[in-house]
Amino acid sequence: MDAIDRKILKFLEKNARMDTADIATVTDISEDEAAKRISALEKAGVICGYKSVINWEKVDTDSVSAIIELKVTPKAGFGFEEVAARVAKYPEVESVYLMSGAHDLSVVVKGRTFHEVSNFVSRELAMIDSVTSTGTQFVMRRYKEYNVELIGEESDERSNISL
Amino acid sequence: MIDYSKVLSETVKEIKPSGIRKFFDIANTMEDVISLGVGEPDFRTPWQVRAAGIHSLENGATRYTSNRGLEVLRDEISVYVKRKYGVEYRPSDEILITVGGSEAIDAAVRAITEPGDEIIIPQPSYVCYEPIVKLAGGVPVIINTKDENDFKLTREELLSAMTEKTKAVILPYPCNPTGAIMEYEDILAISEALRDTDIMVISDEIYAELTFGGKRHVSVPSVPGMKERTILINGFSKTFAMTGWRLGYACGPCEIMNMITKIHQFAIMCAPTTSQYAAVEALRNCDAEVEKMLEEYDMRRKIIVSGFNRLGLTCREPKGAFYAFPSIKSTGMTSEEFCEKLLEAKHVAVVPGTAFGNSGEGFIRTSYCYSTAHIKEALRRIGEFLEEIKK
Repeated sequence: MDAIDRKILKFLEKNARMDTADIATVTDISEDEAAKRISALEKAGVICGYKSVINWEKVDTDSVSAIIELKVTPKAGFGFEEVAARVAKYPEVESVYLMSGAHDLSVVVKGRTFHEVSNFVSRELAMIDSVTSTGTQFVMRRYKEYNVELIGEESDERSNISL
Repeated sequence: MIDYSKVLSETVKEIKPSGIRKFFDIANTMEDVISLGVGEPDFRTPWQVRAAGIHSLENGATRYTSNRGLEVLRDEISVYVKRKYGVEYRPSDEILITVGGSEAIDAAVRAITEPGDEIIIPQPSYVCYEPIVKLAGGVPVIINTKDENDFKLTREELLSAMTEKTKAVILPYPCNPTGAIMEYEDILAISEALRDTDIMVISDEIYAELTFGGKRHVSVPSVPGMKERTILINGFSKTFAMTGWRLGYACGPCEIMNMITKIHQFAIMCAPTTSQYAAVEALRNCDAEVEKMLEEYDMRRKIIVSGFNRLGLTCREPKGAFYAFPSIKSTGMTSEEFCEKLLEAKHVAVVPGTAFGNSGEGFIRTSYCYSTAHIKEALRRIGEFLEEIKK
């Protein structure tokens, strides 16, 4: 991992669709080398995927997210890893984090309706042996995700030409 | 009925509005234009700077400041200029806060110009110098800098333009529109040409922080022999994306700054108070924000320059400011012709090099204050245009 790899990661983190040719231009390497480096970063699991930031509120689709705080009794020899790995397996779960502070795991869950999410929490997450309590906080509105402001500032009001 | 032509000042009347006014009007009223035409950042002012402005209003800081500007801001400017460029100015009488760099240029020229004095202006360069000199009663002496010299001002060019009437030379680097910068040796050569003269330098360094390719900006007064003869102009518009706040500053020898302050005091009173409070925050805590913007500009710069070269429009690497200045000579068109036809055929707005002086003929100014997607779409359309005019 050298300075050029780090640069490539920064560019792709900002814009996953950036052309390999552009990446080559801005890092002063050949297109071939850029492609090789990106593929190496993918194979090493440094780049784990490419996704879009979508504002589903603008689409006529039912979608609800919640952040679930779990308190967990850690298992001897495994700590929190075992339960975290199990929680991560559910397709409803978007993210799982081990937290400092009052609770242990923070889980982001996505579903179509409030009902679907609360069912998932009570019937699945709360049922896991080592989970001792759950706290569910529904997301009411999204303002910024992945460093992108979803309620964007006004558009470009500059004139077409100024000196 | 008043005959206004008799009322108006002859000097003002003689200042021609830019010959390409018509082209600008068409470009600015046309819808769905992909523009590479603006001279201001697309970024918003960093949030903490805006917050500082808001906070000052909440605190009721709505009155005039002192003529020279807020003491705390002059202190910060002094620290900043020392930290960035290694030049020391006394906040009490060597620094003046102005309404943008433009006001500083105007007041500086007026402070030193007697009727008939010659002021040397290298071109292609920003459009304000020539009219300002004329309004002050001075005589603009134009030097046409050359593509093969990277549009730098050379010692020989300067020497050949100097006469007994030369009062000052304007150094517009990093340069809008060419992207040229002056490195240490280049300024040293200028300093040698001016040695043992009383010729002043007005160094417009508004793009100082926008210097790329590992080259740090060399401020003119930091070069031996230059501080005593230089009025340094800088401001917040470009570096901190603060164009609308209208805030700049001038630094120089106190004998001169006192006179510039006199002009400022009677014409302007003081720079906007809210902007001054915001600027304190910009100087103190925005290095990281500026660095982020620089990285973004540098990325776009590389994409636009390689794009033009790939299209066959030769483009030197611009080392400063946020413009690329490709040659369109291969098309056989004049700059204006090229820009008009490109606008008409592809709705892409770029500025003819001739807007910045006759020596801009054969070039177009393209700004990269746009997202890479926008820049690439503009390049794509320019590519189509070039194919079509070949036929």
